[in-house]
Amino acid sequence: MTQGASLQIPTDWRDFLALTKPRVMSLVIFTGLCGLIAAPEQIHPVLAFTAILCIAVGAGGAAALNQWWEADIDAGMKRTSARPLPSGRMNRIEARDFGVALSVGSVLLMGLAIGWLAAAILAVSIVYYAVIYTIWLKPRTPQNIVIGGGAGAFPPLIGWVAATGHITLMPVLLFAIIFFWTPPHFWSLALFVKSDYAKVGIPMMPVVAGERSTRRQILAYAVLLLPLSMAPWWIGGTGAVYGLSALALSLVFLALSVRVGLRTSGEGDTMKPEKQLFAWSVIYLFSLFAALVADRLILA
Amino acid sequence: MNEIPPPDPQEVARIRRSRNNVLGLLLAAFVVLVFFISIAKMS
Repeated sequence: MTQGASLQIPTDWRDFLALTKPRVMSLVIFTGLCGLIAAPEQIHPVLAFTAILCIAVGAGGAAALNQWWEADIDAGMKRTSARPLPSGRMNRIEARDFGVALSVGSVLLMGLAIGWLAAAILAVSIVYYAVIYTIWLKPRTPQNIVIGGGAGAFPPLIGWVAATGHITLMPVLLFAIIFFWTPPHFWSLALFVKSDYAKVGIPMMPVVAGERSTRRQILAYAVLLLPLSMAPWWIGGTGAVYGLSALALSLVFLALSVRVGLRTSGEGDTMKPEKQLFAWSVIYLFSLFAALVADRLILA
Repeated sequence: MNEIPPPDPQEVARIRRSRNNVLGLLLAAFVVLVFFISIAKMS
């Protein structure tokens, strides 16, 4: 018989912070900020700060709900077993309530301070990630990364709508760029990182469809990404600074993807092309959005 | 019988105190933010 201790150890605030996945949140803040700065209309700096804060807190709430739901799965994988829930440093009710509080709070603050259209899109992005992706699709389809990528594509759209108050083609293009960028980014990682998703029953593309199909799909998305990343320039939404940057960045992305797409790995392979594509995909997204902001500041 | 050693009361108090400090700072920051939001909305 195990005797429970009468005095419980409270959860440390650092574990609440870890629940929000701060590293993912930094990418969300960056792309949200780029969407907000690249918008043709500017808002008061305090309201701009509040909009980005709401996007970040909303992303943190969605991440907390993701970890609340996946605590059992996280316990079975080396990469995630040290997280607050699987390691027992926090109980699931706390995590769930914390996630709900952050999500509801960020949507309400966005609505009251900025506008209800931006708040609605923020709410959709939280439900998209925490429910549609995490609960419904991730365990069921190898396309989970493709669909999950949608969640990461919302921030620039929300940032743009927070600044302008309406949705136009430009923010939809920014959404599409991140949506089509996500599969090659994650699948190149999945090709060289022997993750134990299969052990916990998560269908990842290389495991389910095989390496060859994964490589072909990486190439297909990279081919689509080139014209997509140029579209903001073609429709006149940006200047040449962005256009030429997007062309150069996407051509390198495509070249690396062709190499990964057309080869097969052998025994003892160092997987160098895959690692290079993954590293470039991170540089690519940051540089593309930085060029978008630079172009806007130069145009202004 | 599998006995769980009771946690150190001082450790519990330390965690609770640091948690409350962080929560207090966050609430104070939120009040300041709402103040500036009000000014921004009125300007």
